[in-house]
Amino acid sequence: MTRSHTIPALTLAFVLSAGVAHAQAIRIGVNEPLTGPFAASGTYVVNGARIAADEINAKGGVLGKKLELVVEDNKSNPTEAAAVAEKLITSDKTPVLMGAWGSSLTLAVMPKLADYETAMLVETSSSGKITTSGNPYVFRISPPSALEAEAFAPMVEKLGLKKVDFLAINNDWGRGAAADFGKMLKGKGVTVGLVETMDQGAQDMSAQLSKLKGSDADTLLITAAVDQLTLLFKQMAALGLKKRIITTGGSQNPDQIIAQAGAAAEGTMHLTTFLPWYPEKTPNPAATAYFIGEWKKRGFEFAGVTESFRGYDGIRAIAAAIEKGGAADAASIKKGFWSVDFTGLNGQIRFAKAGPAGSESGQSKPDVYLVKIDCGKVMVPEL
Amino acid sequence: MTEFLQHLLNTLVLGGTYALLGIGLTLIFGIMNVVNFTHGALYTVGAYVMYLAVTALGLGFFAALPTAILGGLLLGAILDLVLLRPLRGADMDTTMLVMIGAGIVLQSGTLWLFGGVAKSIPTPFPDAPLQLGPVSVSWLRLFVLGAALALIGLNYWLINRTRLGLAMRATFQDHDTASLMGVNVRLIYTATFAIGSSLAAAAGALLGPVYVVFPQMGGMAELKAFAIVILGGLGNITGAAIGGFILALAEELGAGYISSGYRDAMGFLIIIAVLIFKPTGLFAKAERIG
Repeated sequence: MTRSHTIPALTLAFVLSAGVAHAQAIRIGVNEPLTGPFAASGTYVVNGARIAADEINAKGGVLGKKLELVVEDNKSNPTEAAAVAEKLITSDKTPVLMGAWGSSLTLAVMPKLADYETAMLVETSSSGKITTSGNPYVFRISPPSALEAEAFAPMVEKLGLKKVDFLAINNDWGRGAAADFGKMLKGKGVTVGLVETMDQGAQDMSAQLSKLKGSDADTLLITAAVDQLTLLFKQMAALGLKKRIITTGGSQNPDQIIAQAGAAAEGTMHLTTFLPWYPEKTPNPAATAYFIGEWKKRGFEFAGVTESFRGYDGIRAIAAAIEKGGAADAASIKKGFWSVDFTGLNGQIRFAKAGPAGSESGQSKPDVYLVKIDCGKVMVPEL
Repeated sequence: MTEFLQHLLNTLVLGGTYALLGIGLTLIFGIMNVVNFTHGALYTVGAYVMYLAVTALGLGFFAALPTAILGGLLLGAILDLVLLRPLRGADMDTTMLVMIGAGIVLQSGTLWLFGGVAKSIPTPFPDAPLQLGPVSVSWLRLFVLGAALALIGLNYWLINRTRLGLAMRATFQDHDTASLMGVNVRLIYTATFAIGSSLAAAAGALLGPVYVVFPQMGGMAELKAFAIVILGGLGNITGAAIGGFILALAEELGAGYISSGYRDAMGFLIIIAVLIFKPTGLFAKAERIG
């Protein structure tokens, strides 16, 4: 054989082998905001997801096949999120998805899941509507606002809340949280005062804060993502607004707040679903230690773990669903989700039925913790 | 009452930067007749140059600000020389489409260079606010207001008291006649676009440290700049300055007393009203027809 024949033959062999490897991998569609107002959080989630995929692949994959993440950017935009889901399912042929970070993003994707009968693991969104609207393709590991409010209920008296104002991001997530926490607080005899909202991309909240400053409420409950929280704390300090601050939603990222808002964040409290500062207090200390170690080894900022652990747990839950389903097609994976049962970084991941009978969504019940920023450090207050 | 005073103070601080944005855009629109869709991107670039100058170059906050303004001036001049000069005399729609494209390239460029995660610019100002009786304002915002007012004053002087300004005004009134009188119209166009762009960059560099810096920050700023220009009347510099403060007032009071969820809509409601009842803008002089 002459040289001129060898090269095309080798190329052909290479292409064929690549094709075979490609066919053997199980593709998971990841639909996250990598640009736009939620870019920081979405990027963290994707990096967490990659750690899980690499860990699983290093141990031989699932059903003897490697996992392959197909990551797409939904630009923090619901229309894009729906388009990305369609692209992942139809063009990339992913039999299962993870996404889409924000509630409005996830809600926009949900009709596509029903159209293409493909399940999605929801890792971050907390609007109640996601699991109560009768979409049987949704499996959520983050707590809906109602669950978060329920977990917060025993702390209400210990904190001595009397009157509470709300400041929430003006989307399904924020308005849902204000409604669910408001209902719980009223049930506990706490007065609910002002309910103010802000646009998701808004940078100047002075008007809302000036109004809230004038209110006689003792506590301000805020639902927003980390970038907006940072701005809020700085603007509160500038306006001299001094009230007890409690944030909800699990996307606060206290370390980033400390780094960017500094003294303005002192004394603020945050409801989170993960305790990376105290691995020994988490439900699965070994897994937490491994995850945090791997995160640091890859050179990511520690601040990101409160967000990225969801991507890690999300991919592990999907892998478990593929394993339980016994095959890597959309229908088997969807069925498999109902048998998933393992200890994630923030509690048992096991899906209970939620929503209207006959078309229930899956909802797992994670732990919820209250942390406080004290002297530039995150601590768990004694209640 | 305290709340109202606080809203007024907020308006003043916000209005200064809105005015800067508006003046920059109205200059370009009024003098060059270019619908400038790179204005928001220049605002973003100004903020990123400020960020780079403070963090990577370690220039210090007060030296970084002129650096960012100079960066805007330079980028504006390049945009004019490369994109607008060859299109001089072309259809308004053609230049508009080119500017939309350039805006997208600049925005994607910042995303590519800096990533999507928001950046925070450190400042030398104390965290504790300045208390003025019952109301308070941060030192940083006070500085931003001062710097914005100084820049507005500088531009007013430049346009009304210098030979360059005289040439700019002459070109604005009638560029053929100005050209016959010996004004180098090509140079005036480049200077105008560069100055207008530097004002957008200045607004970005001033507001970057107040908020956070991210690639899409210019989108809303650009929309607001267009709103201010329409409010003040196309090409009307004093109108744009006052329009900036009116927009800030509408947003503050709208969010404070009507509904905070519609804060950004308030300004645009005013624009719709202005377009219906006084389409030449609030401060336009009676137009000469023919």
